[in-house]
Amino acid sequence: MCRFDLLVFASLLYLCSASLWAAPSWHGLGRAVTAAELAGWDIDVRPDGTGLPPGSGSVADGQRVYDEKCASCHGTFGESNDYIALAGGVGSLASESPQRTVGSKLNYATTLWDYIYRAMPFNDSKSLSANEVYAVTAYVLNLNELVPADTVLDQSSLPKVAMPNRDGFTLDHGMGSQTGKADVVNTACMQNCTSTEIKVTSELPAGFTAQMYGDIQTHFRHFDRSPLAAALTTTKPVGLTLAQTNGCFVCHDIDQARVGPAFTAIASRYQRDAKATAALRDKIRSGGSGVWGSVPMPPQAQIPDGDLLSVVAWILKGSVQQ
Amino acid sequence: MDNDKLPTGGRLSAAPLIGLGDKGLLRRAFLRGGVVATLSVGSGVAAAPLAVPDSSRLLGKPVANDAYGRPSKYEANIIRRQSPGLTRTNESSIAFTPLQNLFGTITPNGLHFERDHAGLPDLDPSQHNLAVHGLVAEPKIYSMDDILRLPSVSRVHFIECGANSGLEWANVAVPTVQFTHGMLSCAEYSGVLLSTLLDDVGIDLKRARYLLAEGADGAALTRTIPLAMALDDVLLVYAQNGEMLRPENGYPLRLVVPGVQGVSSVKWLRRIEVGDQPWHTREETLHYSDLLPSGKSRQFTWIQEAKSVITSPSGGMTLLDKGGYYEISGLAWTGRGRVKRVDISTDGGRNWRSTRLQEPVANKALTRFRADWVWDGAPALLQSRCMDETGYVQPAMRQLREVRGTRSIYHNNAVQTWQVTSTGEVRNVQV
Repeated sequence: MCRFDLLVFASLLYLCSASLWAAPSWHGLGRAVTAAELAGWDIDVRPDGTGLPPGSGSVADGQRVYDEKCASCHGTFGESNDYIALAGGVGSLASESPQRTVGSKLNYATTLWDYIYRAMPFNDSKSLSANEVYAVTAYVLNLNELVPADTVLDQSSLPKVAMPNRDGFTLDHGMGSQTGKADVVNTACMQNCTSTEIKVTSELPAGFTAQMYGDIQTHFRHFDRSPLAAALTTTKPVGLTLAQTNGCFVCHDIDQARVGPAFTAIASRYQRDAKATAALRDKIRSGGSGVWGSVPMPPQAQIPDGDLLSVVAWILKGSVQQ
Repeated sequence: MDNDKLPTGGRLSAAPLIGLGDKGLLRRAFLRGGVVATLSVGSGVAAAPLAVPDSSRLLGKPVANDAYGRPSKYEANIIRRQSPGLTRTNESSIAFTPLQNLFGTITPNGLHFERDHAGLPDLDPSQHNLAVHGLVAEPKIYSMDDILRLPSVSRVHFIECGANSGLEWANVAVPTVQFTHGMLSCAEYSGVLLSTLLDDVGIDLKRARYLLAEGADGAALTRTIPLAMALDDVLLVYAQNGEMLRPENGYPLRLVVPGVQGVSSVKWLRRIEVGDQPWHTREETLHYSDLLPSGKSRQFTWIQEAKSVITSPSGGMTLLDKGGYYEISGLAWTGRGRVKRVDISTDGGRNWRSTRLQEPVANKALTRFRADWVWDGAPALLQSRCMDETGYVQPAMRQLREVRGTRSIYHNNAVQTWQVTSTGEVRNVQV
């Protein structure tokens, strides 16, 4: 008894000991990374210019790069060739048709540099050198009439480019934090919540859905009572598929004799035979000759039992194709 | 919580419905009461014995016939879809989750919505690393093996793109809930709390205010994450619904920022930099900022406010029986915690009643609501309205527009209206 208590005490002591509850060992995972290593990935640029690499580029150099690598999507003058427009739209943000471009929307020119360097050209990103990115940035800013044609941009000049929408953003809203205050207030009214007539104010034009999406019914699950359900359930019988994939049609056809008898003829011969399933399974499995002539049926040992029974069932049911 | 009673005829008992499943007239007669006593199994229905199909007689396929497995071939049309005309390329595009086809709250991995900005990259996990640096004591790089050995958590959260429902600020634009609300999914995500990692590198809490998260895709997508969120519940995720992430959802590593617009949950995560200022990246200035009627844009609008939508019946469906019982079922969620209550209206918002919420109601996760509805065959306007635990009530479209106009694109959390016509067509409308 005494000894048992001692053991318990010793165990408790061990459980409470510092060695067991020391700092978790997972702090040893991962490895230190050097600034030199990080340079390959650390490509972000902040509005104050932090992160901009050495180098420079002119508007003229930028036009050469732009015409070769950017204009096909963004248009010769940044007006967009079906992709995002880069120029124009200044002053449009309060209108019915706001245009979101470099000139109209960005608050910092550094964002343009950062984005071109990390994500452009669309199909070959991170392929431009720092000098090329300075140059293209200068050219796009020039297309927006934000820098003159003789501009050369570098680490120190780029952050100083004044953007028209510099003060176009606000943090005065409640969606920046978990506890922010909502800007739109509704109440959970339950009965007679409005006295005015409730009218439909917007709906899709007639024919729009069919024109854009085809038969929208194919976007829904239908188990019965729909053409789609019928289409899904009239797929080929499993037995037919197995007969095709296992080479049965090399020698047999559905309703005419070839090297071997027609499947329909087999069904007809065995239709009153209570043991037909087992007999046909064995015949296919082991092969044989004599029943339909002298040409032997080669054994088909490779077909799994389940598949074989499906083929037999399909034959005995009349080899339907639908 | 269930205040919804079926009309005369009482609760649906199992027996009388057997054999009547597709006999709408009989079912309606039953539901309307008065004839219950005369019906029993088989009576009034053709007397032929039920057929025994081949599937009940023949051997099925062997086990592991399909070693990973896939949905039944009869579900082949339950798929993600792009919205016609929405994007210029298939690489910077969106595939929407078919919410109209799903049950419960968890999105199957194959149907989780997909938003890529420069296509789907092929990342080899043996070559993938995560760098954590900036205002930290020890900048580090972690292999995937390192990350999988860190203390882990699993949590259920929704991810909703900030532009979900963004096409409909001014008017109705798309026909089904897949396209109105399908930039929305919910999964059990497994990974490591970001705070664990920040602790490991010795984050400088005196100076750190924001993090930059960056993807390893061609877009190297970057988003500023406020430190308060990063230290709270942001997850470094490698698994979704019990298996490793699908490539289209960020394999092998992504961020999940619960309750925040989806773009912040950076996929294919390669780098986290700790800083003292926001970065003003392209995806938080040119895009993903909310344009107001004044021409100013709200920036860093991270939170997804409370929202709900009825997924059945919903736009594009046809109610095959004119009149009769239909369950109204849908999804509700809030970036500010838990859903507290969901009300539905069948008259366009004049009168409301509360629904049953599926338990457990999880934090920043989809919540399924359900209510009984016996359609009288007359035109109806179906709506749902979510209230979250802060007391915030999901607004009407009109209320949102009064404050934010119609050019915001992002954060449209308005009440959705589905019109049921007298012929049983369900259509997307605004009231």
